[in-house]
Amino acid sequence: MPRAHNPQLNKNGELRHLLTPEGLPRDVLVHILDTAQGFVSFGSREVKKVPLLRGKSVFNLFFENSTRTRTTFEIAAQRLSADVFNLDIQRSSTSKGESLLDTIANLEAMDADVFVVRHADSGAPFLIARHTPPHVHVVNAGDGRHAHPTQGLLDMYTIRHFKGDFSNLTVAIVGDIVHSRVARSAIHALTTLGAAEVRAVGPKTLAPDNLRDMGVRVCHDMAEGIRGADVIMMLRLQNERMSGALLPSAHEFNMTYGLTTERLALAKPDAIVMHPGPINRGVEIDSAVADGPRSVILDQVRFGIAVRMAVLSIVASTESPA
Amino acid sequence: MPSTLATPPDAEALYARLLDQVRRAVAAQPEPPLLIGIYSGGAWLAQRLHADLQLAQPYGVVSSTFHRDDYATRGLHPSANRTALPVPIAERAVLLIDDVLHTGRTTRAAINELFDFGRPARIDLAVLVDRGGRELPICPQLAAATLQLPDDQSLALLRDEGVLEGIRFRFDLVRK
Repeated sequence: MPRAHNPQLNKNGELRHLLTPEGLPRDVLVHILDTAQGFVSFGSREVKKVPLLRGKSVFNLFFENSTRTRTTFEIAAQRLSADVFNLDIQRSSTSKGESLLDTIANLEAMDADVFVVRHADSGAPFLIARHTPPHVHVVNAGDGRHAHPTQGLLDMYTIRHFKGDFSNLTVAIVGDIVHSRVARSAIHALTTLGAAEVRAVGPKTLAPDNLRDMGVRVCHDMAEGIRGADVIMMLRLQNERMSGALLPSAHEFNMTYGLTTERLALAKPDAIVMHPGPINRGVEIDSAVADGPRSVILDQVRFGIAVRMAVLSIVASTESPA
Repeated sequence: MPSTLATPPDAEALYARLLDQVRRAVAAQPEPPLLIGIYSGGAWLAQRLHADLQLAQPYGVVSSTFHRDDYATRGLHPSANRTALPVPIAERAVLLIDDVLHTGRTTRAAINELFDFGRPARIDLAVLVDRGGRELPICPQLAAATLQLPDDQSLALLRDEGVLEGIRFRFDLVRK
């Protein structure tokens, strides 16, 4: 498929917006990971700031709550010397009835260069990207159940950091796959980067068999799902899922799918354990595992800043005409 | 007046001359300066100079990527984010090394990058070829050759890794 058809890329195939890893060519993903590598060692600098985005305005538009993602985007933009504006959208004009596109039009009038958008509705960042002028860039920080591309990319960075190549890896993603934008973005990125096997592990209500269409192996049995895995990505069990018919209880989930030390022993001896946070200790993951030697959860957070710096610096330097 | 080169200069002969210049400059200072090469050609030179001069302190590599003034139009080159300074540069004399000095913009960006790691006591610049065409007030203290190349010609340092004689340099003459 010609690259021009992807709304995230300009006519030269360069990244203009980051909306989802789905459909992005492998070399674009690798370019982001390679660029992030240069930002990881930032701690060794006396001046932890570079002037790449000097004079650019980055607007954090979080229509949905987030602490970690918003903070790491803010740190990333500031380390690139951008001016960062955090808009508490939930308490501002949207609640007064202003439409999403009117809000964006107003912010553009304030000379925004990059919008970092989180929204409860799937597709909202796409809508914004379609209606922004050519010099404005949109980065999706999570939309509904659809995509969370920077989380997916930081997960890829973490896996590459600890495991090197993707081609021999078995990656098990455990938990509420069907409602998880983190899982979807990880699956798309892993598939594009050539992971040998991706497994979706969970009860039928949260990991339905039709996930096979995404190129994953669906496992309803936890032991089968994590046996021999190189990477285990636990997902946060969202409390709201427990209220309906999807799950009997958090305790029940922990008994069947919680990652315990005993279950971790089924994976490869050098398997790494990942989690996008915030973690529910004693629900999807036991403290002994979350704080244990195989856990790379805090590395994910650290790499997340470098990956977001890479994404911001790449999109902001991409020439606009699509 | 710029004059077009028909053949590239002899990089090995120029390296021998630069080695001699750097050796004398190092000997003239009470404490040897830190050799820091600009990625990538300057880093090759720093590595070889460091080995030939048998300096005790390790050499460093500096990347100009984060401070380039053409970032907005040319974007980032991830392979070039390679600054590696094994010893602190604060209050140290630095000999910055590059293969070809042209507009001076790469040198400016590399100096800015160095200052993100500390305040050196001084920075001198050594290059294999000063090819003219400066757009900034930057001048090398050591240069093995000084030419005036027209804008449509450029020199690229290449490295051949021979088995017996070790690393050998040569220049490629590129016409834009």
